[in-house]
Order: sequence, then structure tokens, then C-alpha cells
Amino acid sequence: MLLAAPLVAVALTLAAGAILFTLLGYDGAGAVRSIFVTPLFDPYRWQDLLVKAAPLALIATGLSIGFRANVWNIGAEGQYVLGGLAATDVALLTHEMEGAWILPAMVLAGILGGMAWAAVPAALRTRLGVSEILTSLMLNYVAIQLLYYLMRGPWKDPMGFNFPQTVLFSASQTLPMAVPGTLIHWGVPLAAILALAVWFAVGRTVAGFQIRVVGLAPDAARYGGFRERATVWLALLAGGGFAGLAGALEASGPFGQMVPAFPTGYGYTAIIVAFLGRLNALGILVAAMVLALTYVGGESAQTAIGLPAAAVGVFQAMLLFFLLAADVLVRYRVARSAAHGAVTPAAASAPAGGSAAEPAASKRRQPVEAA
Amino acid sequence: MFEITRRRLLTTAGSLATVSAFGLPARAQGKDKVKAAFVYVGPVGDYGYSFAHDQGRKFLEEKLGDKVETSFVENVAEGPDAERVIRQLAQGGNDVVFATSFGFMNPTLKVAKQFPDVKFEHATGYMTAPNMAAYNSRFYQGRAVLGTIAGMMSKSGKGGYVASFPIPEVVMGIDAFTLAARKVNPNFTTQVVWVSSWYDPAKEADAAKALLDQGVDVITQHTDSPAPLQAAEQRGAIAFGQAWDMSSFAPNAHMTAIVDHWGPYYVQEVQKLLDGTWESHDVWLGMQEDVLEMAPFNPKMPDDVKAAAQKIVDETKAGTYEIFTGPIKDQKGELKAKDGERIPDADLLKLDWYVEGVNA
Repeated sequence: MLLAAPLVAVALTLAAGAILFTLLGYDGAGAVRSIFVTPLFDPYRWQDLLVKAAPLALIATGLSIGFRANVWNIGAEGQYVLGGLAATDVALLTHEMEGAWILPAMVLAGILGGMAWAAVPAALRTRLGVSEILTSLMLNYVAIQLLYYLMRGPWKDPMGFNFPQTVLFSASQTLPMAVPGTLIHWGVPLAAILALAVWFAVGRTVAGFQIRVVGLAPDAARYGGFRERATVWLALLAGGGFAGLAGALEASGPFGQMVPAFPTGYGYTAIIVAFLGRLNALGILVAAMVLALTYVGGESAQTAIGLPAAAVGVFQAMLLFFLLAADVLVRYRVARSAAHGAVTPAAASAPAGGSAAEPAASKRRQPVEAA
Repeated sequence: MFEITRRRLLTTAGSLATVSAFGLPARAQGKDKVKAAFVYVGPVGDYGYSFAHDQGRKFLEEKLGDKVETSFVENVAEGPDAERVIRQLAQGGNDVVFATSFGFMNPTLKVAKQFPDVKFEHATGYMTAPNMAAYNSRFYQGRAVLGTIAGMMSKSGKGGYVASFPIPEVVMGIDAFTLAARKVNPNFTTQVVWVSSWYDPAKEADAAKALLDQGVDVITQHTDSPAPLQAAEQRGAIAFGQAWDMSSFAPNAHMTAIVDHWGPYYVQEVQKLLDGTWESHDVWLGMQEDVLEMAPFNPKMPDDVKAAAQKIVDETKAGTYEIFTGPIKDQKGELKAKDGERIPDADLLKLDWYVEGVNA
């Protein structure tokens, strides 16, 4: 049933969206059709979808590792920005050079940049017991200010009429297309490959088992000798590394330069993607396509039926809302008791291993031992 | 899938060729109907910059009737999202795409190279291509009018400036405003707060409130929502509308507004496409071309202020008033333009320094 919940959520979103926009005076059924169906029959839009879904899938894959271990990294947006900035730094240093090594160096720098940014909440959590939810979230704003500073001063294109943006990257610094003649760059297959690799790693390796046990049963994990500190580090570095990789790929691919408009909310949308995909790497690939569809289809719907841009946000929010609601109703049932008509847990046992997804509210994290 | 793409491309190219072949005998490369699309950085309901462009689009529809068909996409992020939207519009059979924000420049250029048969017009940038034109407005001319009003009406001699990004267009506005204000009140200072967004009502309001707390009694803005005006209205300060007459949001605070009147330009460009005379260009229009207008002055404004403001409008239109005429000193007191020397357009378009009296 837990696996059916995302499908139910999508169906409810479509139905509620159609009704809502009809009530608002738009063609509700047409809105749903032009956002969620029409783009799927247009080969051009498939390219857009894949390009838009790739960073979402990458970031969500990294986040899912942490979420399984009950490590709540909300800082993917900042880690993504740092990844992009680290890659840009390499690009600016190598701008006069050529060579096949430059792009891999940029990508590596991006991964390290994202990890470095995620290491701050990891250190604060493991050493001082500070909630990583707050620290990782707040670092997003720091990352964006750092971006603005670099764009306005040190990294400004000297020939760019003093507009706050870097030079365009050279050919050696630009991500090549995986399918020539299309927009599909190498980040797209890479996202799919890495999602599969993580799916295997989480399901089949000791580290993956450790993450799942720490997330599902912290006491058992401690009894079994799994160190929570190591798990926190692993979870945050994985999340940061993936977000940083996504940032490096976006900077060197679709952007082709660094601009102040680089952060576009992928780090936040990826949280929806991770949960819609049940924290399962394969599910995340599908979920990333669904969220990409809301963006790409939303733009088509603006020109086709004059739907406002805010409709996209409404659909995305409804998706998360219905998903969380479906989860609650799958796990719990509403029961009337003689004493107090309250909601009681339907089953005492935690869901079985296949569905490690646990909403934030359902379990309290154990306090970290003092260092 | 990619096979289909390629085939589709060929089909599209084929049909385009057919269309132009049929079109040719009728009129030399002209068209009977033009499909025009607009890309906005903010929501059309911002009542500011994007709203003004959309008013231009409606003006275009009104003037050319069934000879034009328009559509728009709002709230488009600058970067790959813009590139995707612009490409989608080009693939969708539009004859011309108006990309109305600076950050759309590189994305527009990329798409323009891929669609040589579609025309592109980019606002407030500096890049052009054979099928990509640039158009801009001398917003700073209006800023000089606002600065004059601010200098005359401010009691504290301190003005607050809610600004988006330090791009030359914005820096130019801050400098023009301050120069004009200091001509009236040599001790006038301008305090700038950057909100790093073109449209973020909450942040804009916070910035305006912070400025008012610091003792400014004039608020002006280079962001697109009426939020700073509303903050000024609450505190009894004066303020100015951005891109459109915003007096309904702040009937007491709103002195006037710089109104972007893009409609006639859009009509002119689409007419050129209909006639087959469109050519790439880079134009910088202003009050003289009626692309820039001032909203009606608030009746609460003293008569001498009205007269002084109107004088600047009249002289700008006549070509005898230019705010960027020396002597102009920068923040460090260094002379940037000698007495009577005019800063050339080329330097204005990459302006990155502030005049004396600006705290940015």
C-alpha cells in the first residue's frame, strides 16, 4: 500500500487540480491535460523533461540516503550552489587552457564543494548536537550571499559591461551532449546511472544496511555496534556530494557560465522528489520526471490556455500534501473509541524493510551522545 | 524518439520553406499575420515592470487587431529555464519573441542561433545577432525627475533606494536620482538597500521599512512590486511608482511614477515584420520617443515642485537637459566628468560607480 500512495497522490492531485482551476474560471481539464499529458507527446518536450529532471534526480538520490538514516539535510540548495561555484572556480582558473582534464576537474571540484558545505552541519551535529535541519537550511542563505558577492566583485566578466555574471565557459569546460543534436547532456545518463548505483548500494552493502538500521531502529543500531556519528557524516556527505555534482553539471551544462540566478530551487524541489519516490532510487527517477513535467507542462499551459505561472506551484504543493496525507491514511486508521474519538495506530509494528520511508513526525530521533 | 525529432525537424523546415515560398509572391517577405510571444521575468500581476510589458502586448493586440496573435509566459527564471521557454516559443511557430529581462540575454542568443528564421528582441541587454535585436529605455531620465522631487520635498535630506541587482541600468538610476536631488539640496544623500530580486514584495517591504527606520523620508525603488510604496504610505513618507502608475496602492505617498510605455515600440516592430522590413538593431529610447512617461503628479505635491519636475520633463523631451552632465564626482570625490562634459552612452551602459552622496 505504501508503494501505491504516490500513485494515489498523483491521481488526487490531477483530480483536485482540475476541479480547482475549473472553479477559478479556467478550463480545468484542459489545464491538467496541457500540463501533464500534452508534453509527453512532443519529442522536443521530452528533451526538456530529461534535462530538467536530471539535477532533481541527482539531488534527491543523495538526500534519500540521509533521509533513510533520519538525517534531515535541508541544505541541498546551498550544497548545489557551492558545487556550481567550485566548478566555476576551476573554470575561471583554466579559462585560457584546453584539455580533456578540465571538465572532470570541474565536476570533481563541484562534488568536493558540495561535501564541504554539508560537512559544516555534520560537524555541528556530531560534535555539538546541533540540529542539522536548522544549520543546513541556514547555510543555503549563506551560499547564495557568497554567490552574489563573487558575481558582483571577483568573478565578474571584465568584458561583460559590469553585469554581475562570469564569462561564458569555453568548449573544454562545457558538458558535451550525450545525444548529438539534442539538448540531452551527459548529466542525464549520469543521473540515471548514479541512482541505480545508490539503489544497489543501499540494498546490498553493509553501509546501506547500516543507514537503514540507524534510520529505522537507532537503539538496535547502537546495540549492533553501528556508530551513529559515522552514519550522520556519511549521510550528509553523500547528500552534499550529489547536490554539488548536480551544481557542477548544471553550471557546465545548461548554464554555461555562473549567474546570480543560478539557484532555482532544485534543492528544495528535490525534497518532494525524494519523498514522492519513496526514498527509493528507482522511484526517484520517476518522481523527478513527474516534477519536471509540472515545470515544463506549466510553461506550455501558460501559452496554450493562459494558466498563470503560480498554477505550477499549486500542483507541486498539492502533490506533496496528498502524498503525506495518503501516507498517514495508509499507516493509520481512524477509529472511534468509547473514551476519546482519537486516531490510533493501526499496527504496532513498523513497516517492513522494503519501505524505509518514514515521515518526519512518526519517529523521534535519539539524542546524540555527548562527545 | 530522436529519429522522430530529426524527422520532425525536417518536416518543420519543409513546411517553413513551403510557407515562405507561398508568401513570397504576395509581398516581399512580408506576412499577413504575425505571431508574437513575450517572456516576462515576473508575474504579469506585479503592477510594475512585467505588468508594463504586458500592457504593451495588449496595446499591440488592440492596434493591430487580427494581424497579430500574442501569447506570454510569466515568472520565467533567468538561465536555462528561460532558454527552454524561449526555445519552446520558437518551436511553437512564433515569428518574434520579445524577451523582456536582462538575464534572458544569453539564453535568447543561444536560441536565436538555432532558429535563424525567427526574430528575437531582447530588452535591456547589449548583445545582438542578425535575427536578434536589442531595445532599451532611458529609465534614468525619469529618475532625474524623481530625484528633483525628492530633493525638494525631503525634510531630512535622506532618501532610501530599494534596489534589485547592481547592474548598470540600476546603478545609472541611483546616480541620476542622487545627482538630480543634490542639484536641489547639495546635502542630499541616498541610502541603497539591495534585495537581490526583481520581484519579492516581502523583502522589498522589509527593505523600505529598514530605510524608514534609518530616518529617510523619501522611498524610491528599482524593484517591481508596489510593496515599498505601501510601506512609505504607512509611515507618511513619499515614494514613487515603478514602471507603471501605482497610485492606487499608495494614494498619499505616490508622487509620480516612471511609466514604461512599450506599446508603440511593439507595434512598430511587429508592423516591420508584417511589411518585411525588420532588421536587427540596438536602440536606446526614452522620453523623446514617448517610451518613457511620468505618471500624473500627485495633487498633494507643492506647485513649485510640480513646476520644477515638469521643467525637467520638458527639457529632456526638447533634448536640452541631460542629467549625466558634469561636473560629476564619484563617492571618493574624484572628478568623473568635467564641467559641461557629458558622460557618453557607451560609458553609461557599463556604469559601475556611484556619485557623491550615495551610500551603497
